[in-house]
Amino acid sequence: MTGIAQLGRGLLWYLRELTGENQYDRYVERHAREHADTAPLSRREFERRRIDGMDPKPGSRCC
Amino acid sequence: MTLSEVRSQMTPRSMLIWGAVAVVGAVAWGVLALSRGEQISAIWLVVAALGSYAIAYRFYARFIAKKVLQVDDNRATPAERLDNGTDFQPMDRRVLFGHHFAAIAGAGPLVGPVLAAQMGYLPGTIWIIVGVIFAGAVQDMVTLFFSMRRDGRSLGQMARDEIGPIGGVAALIAVFAIMIILLAVLALVVVNALAKSPWGTFSIAMTIPIALFMGYYMRVIRPGRVIETSLIGVALLLLAIVAGGWVQNSSWAAAFTLDPTTLVFCLVIYGFAASVLPVWMLLAPRDYLSTFMKVGTIALLAVGVLITAPLLKNAPVTEFAFSGKGPVFAGSLFPFVFITIACGALSGFHALIASGTTPKLIQKESQVRFIGYGAMLLESFVAIMALIAASVLDPGLYFAMNAPAGLLGTTVESASQAVNNLGFTITPQALAAAAASVQESTLVARTGGAPTLAVGMSEIFSGAFGGDALKAFWYHFAIMFEALFILTTVDAGTRVGRYMLQDTLGNVYKPMSNVNWKPGMYVTSAVVVGAWGYFLYAGVTDPLGGINQLFPLFGIANQLLAAVALTVCTTLLIKTGRAKYAWVTAVPLAWDAAVTLTASYQKVFSPDPTLGFFAQREKYAAALDQGKVLAPAKNIADMQAVVTNSTVDGVLSALFAILIIIVIVNALLVWYRALTSSEPLPNTEAPAVPSQIVAPSGLIPTAEEKRALATAGERP
Repeated sequence: MTGIAQLGRGLLWYLRELTGENQYDRYVERHAREHADTAPLSRREFERRRIDGMDPKPGSRCC
Repeated sequence: MTLSEVRSQMTPRSMLIWGAVAVVGAVAWGVLALSRGEQISAIWLVVAALGSYAIAYRFYARFIAKKVLQVDDNRATPAERLDNGTDFQPMDRRVLFGHHFAAIAGAGPLVGPVLAAQMGYLPGTIWIIVGVIFAGAVQDMVTLFFSMRRDGRSLGQMARDEIGPIGGVAALIAVFAIMIILLAVLALVVVNALAKSPWGTFSIAMTIPIALFMGYYMRVIRPGRVIETSLIGVALLLLAIVAGGWVQNSSWAAAFTLDPTTLVFCLVIYGFAASVLPVWMLLAPRDYLSTFMKVGTIALLAVGVLITAPLLKNAPVTEFAFSGKGPVFAGSLFPFVFITIACGALSGFHALIASGTTPKLIQKESQVRFIGYGAMLLESFVAIMALIAASVLDPGLYFAMNAPAGLLGTTVESASQAVNNLGFTITPQALAAAAASVQESTLVARTGGAPTLAVGMSEIFSGAFGGDALKAFWYHFAIMFEALFILTTVDAGTRVGRYMLQDTLGNVYKPMSNVNWKPGMYVTSAVVVGAWGYFLYAGVTDPLGGINQLFPLFGIANQLLAAVALTVCTTLLIKTGRAKYAWVTAVPLAWDAAVTLTASYQKVFSPDPTLGFFAQREKYAAALDQGKVLAPAKNIADMQAVVTNSTVDGVLSALFAILIIIVIVNALLVWYRALTSSEPLPNTEAPAVPSQIVAPSGLIPTAEEKRALATAGERP
């Protein structure tokens, strides 16, 4: 892997982590580990619940 | 053996490197301190700051982590023990650093230093650097540590648990009051930046449909694709900035030329809507947008400063530092430079974040140094860059933009005359040319710091990228960037205020505490926007200038909250057997209390009507009784407004001072009890559980940490 590709991959990883885009993958992994007998939520349903779950706790933003 | 234990003593090589860093930093400080009568390059400020940060992080922060807090990587953090995949989950330290920084950084460190530049660049620089090292970053790190040891308890809860119910209630009131003043002052900055500017108003108005579109896109079209959505959002945002220029030169311009009071009503309605709408529609997408813009612009500014290495046209110290007669804000260097800079050096608000989400996500205890101390150093660096941007401007232009309208009048001629009276020079032609170069109708009395910062940034950016042709674009880019994240603070803050109020009222009337109960939601949202809207309206219409009147109140409130946080930290250090090291937070607390109480005292009791709110009230009330109108008031209604505002502001200053005294006195009693008690006080820490996670402490893993990671089968 060249330096630039590595940097690009690192940046993408960072952005996905920072924005929470990877949360669904993590959820699917965890679901397969802990509740392998049931189907996981669809991406649409998961993201809906995730963002609605943020409703009662908006991160306070400082000055 | 833990990762931190295997770290060896300093090697000769590292002594050499740190010696060199110390020398370079000392030389830069020397240049700053000794240059008189000649302009120096902004690079010296950057070098002095970075050199000091590096040494503070390497030595002082390490000392606090190891000796004072005794961080223990064998002990599982709440993220590990209580991992539920949502609130609590171990997050990579670099990602958490990004989250924490995005939450603490906002308009404060950009605005405060710009206003403090009226006293010259040196007082601001010294406080931003020294303050962050010994007070601000310490507060953030220690609060984060203690909250982490208590499963992420909030500052208010810790105040109640450790100091007692009275201190806890005082802390709660302080948090709510500072929030209201903070929102009002920040909104005032936006109003002053957008008033009479169709370009800026159009661009900012466009962020609302852009955010709504992004919200819909992420929910319905491509669920959860945040990066892709944000890229589209940023592209649309840049288009909105360019389009603002077209709108300004079109027949639409009139529709977007709003006077300040109209903008106040727009902001209040917007704040209310943002508070009651579901977060996915407006709040969440705006937050992504403003985070990307924030980080991007700050990086751009750093690059711009390094490329152009601008000369500082501001004096190191102006006479206003001593006379206390500065037009931007009244009062002399001590205490008002510290009150004004606020966030860039020490910010009480950060303690709310360091005791909110961050402690629930941290992987390893030792990471409090990188995340708590490190992120605050970066915030301080942002403040240094804002100070540079304000100091590259000609002082004549700076004062023509930042003195209140009552002093400057409305024309370039009257402003030029007023600036001459202050002892600086700018010709009416130069003032008109400066406005034309950024395509604004006027720059006279554009107070609040945002326009000044935007002119400074456009100066730096156009020097580095694109030349004079892009000056107007960069100016509006900077305005957009500030307004965007101020509005994000306003909508998130209104919502947080609403939840605090609902939670409190829930104790009296149960349904109130249900955040989805519609009547409760509307009533509390209206109360919160009404409260900050009142101060915003008063500030916008204040004949003496809203920033001049309200900014000190905002600074006092923020520093008061810092005093609460430092009191809680000191109390915890004493109660947890670390009394030997209590000075680490007790010394900054003593300093902060001295600053805040002196400022409050002067604001309440000073006989000088430009400084003391009640002296001001007396003066205007006496004139009003005789039916006289005192400049800069223009009529009896203005006179009445001054009397009302100075009464309200004076009462608030007194209230803030009383709150801080209650908290500190209550804490002193607790300290006395703790130090004289024969048996140990009850432990409020969560139980220690061994940690399984292997992760580095700092940004870059050390050789030992890499080996430990390899053994555990994880990649760095």
